[in-house]
Amino acid sequence: MNGGISGDSTLDTFPKLLMRNALARGQRPAMREKDLGIWQSWTWAESAAEIRRIACGLAAIGVAREDKVVLVGDNRPRLYWSICAAQALGAVPVPVYQDAVADEMAFVIEHAEARVAVAEDQEQVDKLLLIRERTGLPKTIVYDDPRGMRNYANEGLVDFERLLAGGDDLAKRQPGFLDAEIARGKGSDASVMLYTSGTTGQPKGVLLTYENVIRTAENAIRFDGLTQDDDILAYLPMAWVGDHIFSYAEAYVAGFCVSCPESGATVMTDLKEIGPSFFFAPPRIFENILTQVAIRMEDAGAVKRWLFHTFMGIARRTGIAMMDGKDVSLVDRLLYALGERLVYGPLKNALGLARMRVGYTAGEAIGPDIFDFYRSLGLNLKQLYGATETSVFICMQPDGQIKSDTVGIPAPEVDIKIEESGEVLVRSPGIFKTYYKNDAATAAAKTADGFYRTGDAGFFDKDGHLKIIDRAKDVGRLSDGTLFAPKYIENKLKFFSYIKEAVAFGHGREYVACFVNIDLEAAGNWAERRGIAYASYQELAAKPEVLALVQECVEKANRDLSEDPALAGSQIRRFLVLHKELDADDGELTRTRKVRRGFIADRYGDLVEGLYSGRERAHIATTVTFEDGRKGRIEADLAIREAQRFAPAAHVELRKAG
Amino acid sequence: MQHAAPRTIGETLLKVEDVSLGFGGVKALSGVSFDVRRGEIRAIIGPNGAGKSSMLNCINGFYQPSDGRITYKGKARGAMRPYEAARDGIARTFQNIALFRGMSTLDNIMTGRMLKMNRGFLWQCLHWGPAQKEEIEHREAVERVIDFLEIQAIRKVPVGRLPYGLQKRVELGRALAAEPELLLLDEPMAGMNLEEKEDMCRFILDVNEQFGTTIALIEHDMGVVMDISDRVVVLEYGRKIADGVPDEVKADPKVIDAYLGTGHG
Repeated sequence: MNGGISGDSTLDTFPKLLMRNALARGQRPAMREKDLGIWQSWTWAESAAEIRRIACGLAAIGVAREDKVVLVGDNRPRLYWSICAAQALGAVPVPVYQDAVADEMAFVIEHAEARVAVAEDQEQVDKLLLIRERTGLPKTIVYDDPRGMRNYANEGLVDFERLLAGGDDLAKRQPGFLDAEIARGKGSDASVMLYTSGTTGQPKGVLLTYENVIRTAENAIRFDGLTQDDDILAYLPMAWVGDHIFSYAEAYVAGFCVSCPESGATVMTDLKEIGPSFFFAPPRIFENILTQVAIRMEDAGAVKRWLFHTFMGIARRTGIAMMDGKDVSLVDRLLYALGERLVYGPLKNALGLARMRVGYTAGEAIGPDIFDFYRSLGLNLKQLYGATETSVFICMQPDGQIKSDTVGIPAPEVDIKIEESGEVLVRSPGIFKTYYKNDAATAAAKTADGFYRTGDAGFFDKDGHLKIIDRAKDVGRLSDGTLFAPKYIENKLKFFSYIKEAVAFGHGREYVACFVNIDLEAAGNWAERRGIAYASYQELAAKPEVLALVQECVEKANRDLSEDPALAGSQIRRFLVLHKELDADDGELTRTRKVRRGFIADRYGDLVEGLYSGRERAHIATTVTFEDGRKGRIEADLAIREAQRFAPAAHVELRKAG
Repeated sequence: MQHAAPRTIGETLLKVEDVSLGFGGVKALSGVSFDVRRGEIRAIIGPNGAGKSSMLNCINGFYQPSDGRITYKGKARGAMRPYEAARDGIARTFQNIALFRGMSTLDNIMTGRMLKMNRGFLWQCLHWGPAQKEEIEHREAVERVIDFLEIQAIRKVPVGRLPYGLQKRVELGRALAAEPELLLLDEPMAGMNLEEKEDMCRFILDVNEQFGTTIALIEHDMGVVMDISDRVVVLEYGRKIADGVPDEVKADPKVIDAYLGTGHG
């Protein structure tokens, strides 16, 4: 059988699925990683053997049923294997964001009461040791990469090789031990605990059962027709539910191969070498790729540039229509085929997307231009809508019904209802069990009849596609009662390549105002082309030319907003360009790079007041956290600009800018 | 962090005695003596024009001292060509980067393996049998260096396109590829920003710790040097004015004068 879904009720946990895969497709690749520049692969049989050793090793250092095992590091085969190994023992794996600073990690480790952690390298071990000094946990730290670890004499540090040796030992002494442990696992057990990034307050530990994860994975696999022949690159944080579902759950259920990039910096190269058939990326990655393409095309010779622009024009006109199965004239079909040879094919190959059958983006809204760019190249890029608490899938876009501004129809076995407040409620087999040790939050998030409150506001359009506008609690009103959906406005701004982040204010105020972060790469390149010299982000962000560029974007966004009668009143009146990039290390963004609006409003209170006063400049002093954790201080005097606004729909100028 | 096994600093690896060097009327070095012990990080510091690079050039055989004696691994050295020094286990980097700009990072580091290749030019051209096997071995050694310096992402990028800090790292990689016993670094941190300097410091310490490589480095940025070196020699106008552990040297009034005194602003 090729599909991999058996619906077999005895295959109700991942360790059981692993054993099935080791038997049914033992010689097929399960995992790949680049070592010393060469791709190494492990078959399902080899992976299973490794996982058994790790599981026994974990048992030997005292991991028992229901223990929480923290995993922290980049996407590495051994970390993925450790997830399954922990599950084999009935323990619950807790992947943690690898770029989290010690403080953030400490909360999770203490809350999860994790006695054992598996770390990738010295960097993570250092953080864990620091946390242990304060909290006493984790007692045992297993590490994979021994580099730099030679002189560590701390207690409870276990080299991975030693873990494996201990495991081999235990397997020899108790040969039937592991199989018995695996057999004890059942579908209703907790399978994984994932901490939500926490746009508000402390992170919450979402407990998902095997039933949640496996059933959801099966549905998604069926929806997109994934098979054991698919290929995927696992490069997104392991702590994020998306990676857990795509690179772990779906791989085990469908039996396809997961490749780990060499390092975070080599993802683009690895992508090209692996050529995944199934690819997931948040919008910002698709944006980055497109920005790179645009920059490189600007640097290309005149002929290449002409070819690119001409054929991209043809692609935009015909590519999407062809993919959606609409009528396209023969001439256009021929031109498109020529373009495929000359431009699209080579471009897709250079980007590593040549073999992509299905691509997904989620997490944030994607710009229509970006979305259409990929689709016009013939790439089946789709959007989905999901949450950690629902094992990802809430809505998905079926082939042939793709729109850039909706998230699609409800996924298989998903019920959606929309409350009067506009909030989206979901019921599905993937709905989480509880928030760990937080019954109050669980009760608040789940209704009596089993629906999960997503906290997002949205509505169904005439084709039955769900359209999400903002977080329900963030949707506010201006002082005159006009609807104000900050994220909707911010997204409009972020769709411009020069703008990286935006933060809109307006609830209870007279008008909408916003902060803007420029995109250092795109705006920097723009500036270089115009001979504008700059040395740092701060300097570039203060250039009058750059301010004018941002103003243009803001005004275009205003024009867009003016077309929607409900939102026309929430056009941006005043804005400023921030002197520093918003950063998760400073608490301004979540680890999944969502802006924490309330926190930012507090931190930059002076600037917000500046936006709502008549002043043309505002002064600010802030502390920043450097990558090594030290703090510094920067000050700046920022210019505040006034943007032109447009009358609803008619596009009549309201008032001249500034 | 607790360190269980402190690094071992062994016997004298290199001894410089009374070395002088002149270019015409200019005395670059006059009567400089110091030693480098196996396993240590030894710094040579001094203001601009103090003779630091000249000293390094004498050690790796690029210059011949007009006077004095250099003993390496217990043997007094006569006139020596740089490649002989290289064969003897001395590798170096340069103050103003001497990489092949049109070649990739990988190929540049591969050139560091040159002296370790046994097959001749014709074998290499054939690229078959033993020559191929040998190349694979060297490639593996190079990949270990790439992994060590965390430069996988630029493996195939021509070095001319890399930022300065990374070029410096590639140069260190080329020197490491030769698996030296004594590594000479000529201003490894010059022109770098703070973050790049910290990275470089970490790599220097890691090289020393992991491979036990003896390192002699030149710097004029005192701060960094004092943190990572075991012992420091200070030169001024071609003469040695101080020699000792960083704390001693820092407190030495002659050193303070040389750095802060009116002559050098």
